[in-house]
Amino acid sequence: MTEMLAILFSAILVDNFVLSKFMGICPFIGVSKKTSSAFGMSVAVTFVMVMSTLLTWPINAYILVPADGSHDYGYLRTLTFILVIALFVQLVEILIKKFLPPLYKALGIYLPLITTNCAVLGVTILNIDSGYDLGQSLVNALGAGLGFMVALLMFSGVRERIERADVPKMFKGVPAALVAAGIVAASFAGFGGLVENLFG
Amino acid sequence: MSWSKEFFKGIIKENPTLVMLLGTCPTLAMTTQASNALGMGIATTFVLLGSCVVISLLKNVIPSQVRLPCYIVIIAGFVTLVSFLLQVYVPELYSVLGVFLSLITVNCIILGRAEAFASKNSVGHSAADALGMGVGFTLALLLVGSVREILGMGSWFGIDLTFGVLEPIPIFAMPAGGFMVFGLMVAVVNRLSHYQISRKKMGCAGCAGGCAACAGGCDAQSEKKEGND
Repeated sequence: MTEMLAILFSAILVDNFVLSKFMGICPFIGVSKKTSSAFGMSVAVTFVMVMSTLLTWPINAYILVPADGSHDYGYLRTLTFILVIALFVQLVEILIKKFLPPLYKALGIYLPLITTNCAVLGVTILNIDSGYDLGQSLVNALGAGLGFMVALLMFSGVRERIERADVPKMFKGVPAALVAAGIVAASFAGFGGLVENLFG
Repeated sequence: MSWSKEFFKGIIKENPTLVMLLGTCPTLAMTTQASNALGMGIATTFVLLGSCVVISLLKNVIPSQVRLPCYIVIIAGFVTLVSFLLQVYVPELYSVLGVFLSLITVNCIILGRAEAFASKNSVGHSAADALGMGVGFTLALLLVGSVREILGMGSWFGIDLTFGVLEPIPIFAMPAGGFMVFGLMVAVVNRLSHYQISRKKMGCAGCAGGCAACAGGCDAQSEKKEGND
């Protein structure tokens, strides 16, 4: 249990996917202008991350690199995982559009954008590279998604202030956002060592 | 449309990284050292060139409803090829790039060029365009990587520049420094171009909508969509 909590908190705070691993920067800059869209996007990302891990981990463990060592198709990981993620996102979109229209209204517009969010492919591959079992992988994926949400929500607050601030013309828009993201990232660097102290 | 024009537009006028703001993840993650930045740039250029040529060749075969999954499979194939080559010939770079090598698959520059250019133009033009974009990406990465390595570690391509006197500023090698250096560079590019940059709308499918370049467009579009429901 302690180990799971350690994985969860280090994925949310210490090794935050956006601010320390640089994954999913595009939506981080792209949809952080409004808090509502930042929240919708991060809920959709968290859901897709956990579900893709649930699909890709068994595919890797039982089909690509089975434990009996009969074959090793590990090199097909990137290709298989991205296809699984793309198909899964499409499937979810179709299903919730048909059966859960309110949910579709809230998340639907963000779903197609997620296939090429590198944080999703990143978390599924990192789970395998780190040698996590299925439970640990799911917790890590959940943590990565929540970390994405924390970063996006925090940053959308910062961003709303910047939009109204009087920045030099050359910094208007994305440059100012990037510099502000640097300051947010510096504050997240303060979480280093937190997990070791709490759970170590 | 001459081939040289297709090639050179990617280097300065439509630089994918500094002007179009695509592929920001590797730009920030792989630029702690100039040599990593160069390696990442070359690997991406190879994938970009290969997949754009193949996609351009197959443009009349791929049905448009399923084009994005087809592009992704082609791109992922080239990424696998590159990771094999690096694993054998440049194992140090392979281990440094790590998961970001796989993540070339979802680099918006590649899908963006495939969708916006290779799927509509001849093989020769697509190759010139892909090569130009790749070189532009590599140069931008090299620039960010050089600034961060010189300031953050006091060296350039591993050559010590501190002469035992100057202190490097470690924050530039940290994630925070990556965001700041990249932000400052985009600002400088804005200034140099006299704010004339017209960030071309690539269509949300091109970069799957999430990227910074088409953010405004997609936000506006999604709101419209919401309104129509």
